[in-house]
Amino acid sequence: MRRLAVLRSPVGASSAVLLAILVALAVFAPILWGDRAAAIDTDALQQGPSAEHLLGTDQLGRDIFFRVLVATRLTIGLALLATVIGVVAGLFLGSIPSVLPRWAARTVTSAVNIAVAFPGLLLALFFAVIFGTGTIGAVLAIAFAITPSFARLTQTLTASVSGRDFIKAARVCGVGRFRLLTRHVLPNIAEPLVINATLAAGSALTAFAGLSFLGIGVQAPSYDWGRLLGEGLNRIYVTPAPALGPAVAVVVAGLAFNLFGEAAASVHRNQQRGAATPPHAPVDDRSEGGLLTVRNLHVTFPGDVRPVRGVSFTVHHGEMIGVVGESGSGKSLTALAVSRLVEHPGRVTADRLEFNGKPVTATPDRELGTRMAMVFQDPMTSFNPTRRIGSQLAEVSEVHQGLTRRAALAKAVDRLEAVRIPEPERRAKQYPHEFSGGMRQRAMIAMGLMGEPQLVIADEPTTALDVTVQKEVLRLLARIRQDRDAAVLLISHDITVVAQTCDRVLVMYAGRIVEELPTDELFTAARHPYTTALLEAVPDLDTDRDAPLAVIPGRPPEPGEIRQGCPFAPRCPLADDQCRTEEPELTTFAEGHRVACWKSESELVGVR
Amino acid sequence: MSGLHFTDVTVRFGHHTAVDDVSLTVPAGQVVGLVGESGSGKSTLAATAVGLVEPTAGHVRADGKVQMVFQDPYSSLDPRMSIGNSIAEAMPRGTDRKAEVARLLELVNLDPGRATALPARLSGGQRQRVALARALAGNPEVVIADEITSALDVSVQGAVLNLVRDLQRRLGLSMLFISHNLAVVRYVSDRIAVMKAGRIVEEGPAAQVLGDPQHEYTRELLAAAPRRHTRLEVS
Repeated sequence: MRRLAVLRSPVGASSAVLLAILVALAVFAPILWGDRAAAIDTDALQQGPSAEHLLGTDQLGRDIFFRVLVATRLTIGLALLATVIGVVAGLFLGSIPSVLPRWAARTVTSAVNIAVAFPGLLLALFFAVIFGTGTIGAVLAIAFAITPSFARLTQTLTASVSGRDFIKAARVCGVGRFRLLTRHVLPNIAEPLVINATLAAGSALTAFAGLSFLGIGVQAPSYDWGRLLGEGLNRIYVTPAPALGPAVAVVVAGLAFNLFGEAAASVHRNQQRGAATPPHAPVDDRSEGGLLTVRNLHVTFPGDVRPVRGVSFTVHHGEMIGVVGESGSGKSLTALAVSRLVEHPGRVTADRLEFNGKPVTATPDRELGTRMAMVFQDPMTSFNPTRRIGSQLAEVSEVHQGLTRRAALAKAVDRLEAVRIPEPERRAKQYPHEFSGGMRQRAMIAMGLMGEPQLVIADEPTTALDVTVQKEVLRLLARIRQDRDAAVLLISHDITVVAQTCDRVLVMYAGRIVEELPTDELFTAARHPYTTALLEAVPDLDTDRDAPLAVIPGRPPEPGEIRQGCPFAPRCPLADDQCRTEEPELTTFAEGHRVACWKSESELVGVR
Repeated sequence: MSGLHFTDVTVRFGHHTAVDDVSLTVPAGQVVGLVGESGSGKSTLAATAVGLVEPTAGHVRADGKVQMVFQDPYSSLDPRMSIGNSIAEAMPRGTDRKAEVARLLELVNLDPGRATALPARLSGGQRQRVALARALAGNPEVVIADEITSALDVSVQGAVLNLVRDLQRRLGLSMLFISHNLAVVRYVSDRIAVMKAGRIVEEGPAAQVLGDPQHEYTRELLAAAPRRHTRLEVS
């Protein structure tokens, strides 16, 4: 499939056509026109272009146009031969270290590293001198000039694959080093290698033409484009055509290889594309809002992928709200949409998306930057590793609040102290890597406190942390809410974490809120079969060890897989025909309790 | 008598001591749960048992073959190899591979007809079952499960835990079950070992370690584990 995808881009398609023509010429030209290209005509020595001889003739009166066509075979053939030898040698040198004992592997690797430092063409000239002038010498020279960069590429790619668990798993299963290399490593790095080999063929072709042009490549009576170019150049001021013909051939062929390689590489790099998404009908909504008002929020990606499909909720001042959902439920994207962080090509639409009574899109960056704070799952990637923690915190106040550098730094130290980081002054001068995971997450929260946040959005803030540290971070969030009357939107896959800390829970499934209820009713009054199943399926320290865990059959749907009906229906024991055809709306079930389920009245639902 | 025995195992990486003089026994046919924070040395200890890491000092003795199931089912299966081939690769020579692959897939509740599927066509939970089947293909007496549910969706995790418990009992495997999640470890383990900074600080029958923890760190872990009916106190 992917190989065909190359042909769908205009560059890929035209370069593929060019390559096909070149191959056809290489195969058929010597058969069809070999005689005419070799025919000596003493009556027509060194002529210019004419109807009879399109590119003129050479000093023996042979037709240059046909000689260029016929030379395609030798030129392409030698370039490919050199590439194949170079690539094979590079693959060998690049992969052999993983099979060799350590000292030998090191020697090979350093040799390759040194060789990579020399420019390819210089190496080719060097080898051409060693191997002597002539076709074989030139082929080997170009092959060995390609080798080091290919060896290095193979090494790098191999290293990137070797660290992965499936290699470890195969080793544990007793798979030998050689088989490991041939069955697991090479197939997984084949794609970039093939693309680079195509690019290498293009440069081998031009390099070969260069060597022949200099007279150290193909020797008479054989001829390739490089030699024809060299011969034509002698009289370029008299008749340019004999030189331009082979020159154009070299450029076109080189371009064809390079463009095809580039097109293949770009297909390899990005595989996302698709069509625009259907808009939804806006609804006139006048319901009462809060600090954060979200009505009918959609996030769509090209290719009709709709990870968030009509989410509505309200966060009031000083409230702590939990959003629970599994991967792909749309919970993180909802948070990103609220803070305007959904990146292209994602599209955010909503009937209302308001912070403090103003549309989020119309809120200036400064206000959003100081009134809303984001805490992400991985605090390591949230900080710039090359800058001190203190100055990264201070930047917020310098940019958004116009504080001087000194005042901003003092504030940063104060905020680090507020999140209970010991020795805040010394810590502020340290780099992110000198902080432990929990410490970094607290620093991230401290960064949010540099403004005067009314809303803290924490997206899986404790998932990467150990349980003892997790508790500290959750406490810190709860304290911020208590001391500063800030609202907290806590997103988590862990329903127990949310149950412990939040006032209300939003349960998300397949891009929608399927249930919203107060936390203290979670274990007694949940009405959506997904919520109750989740509560039973997750063990905690009080779970009965002798009974099997409750199981939810199947798996959550991917955002692109959502079809008609209730998305939970395929996994739901209560689903009937209505569930499979009509998607239920989120409707009020009781005071502060909303459910999207046709079966919410069923007595079978409920935590046992 | 099978089982897995770590005797005075120490692992150093440069100046860093990852595992510090650990002795631990996984008795035959039992599950020992190993809990501890990230960086406490749990996974390094496990890696010494399957030869992925050489102990700097001490030794590991296993009576019988040891196999391992890894944390991330998205990276532990070769994306270019069908799941059937991945499983067959781990089998001893001379096995009827096709029949054995079918039997193992059946054992982990997967349709044997899917043997030719590539891992990309499977969900995380299904992949983790394949990884289990592959571990069982070598007819191991000892299985090491390293955080096998932490990359899974919570609605899928329960099914994998049930399967692990069921297989362990049916096949009489000895198992070292590593997790940072105390509730998960509690559910599957007969004995529990608590690791901190490369050392085992407490080890004993599960009920005893959880019911009457002796070491301060064990108590700390228990107190920190989220409980659904307890609110987190702010101060």
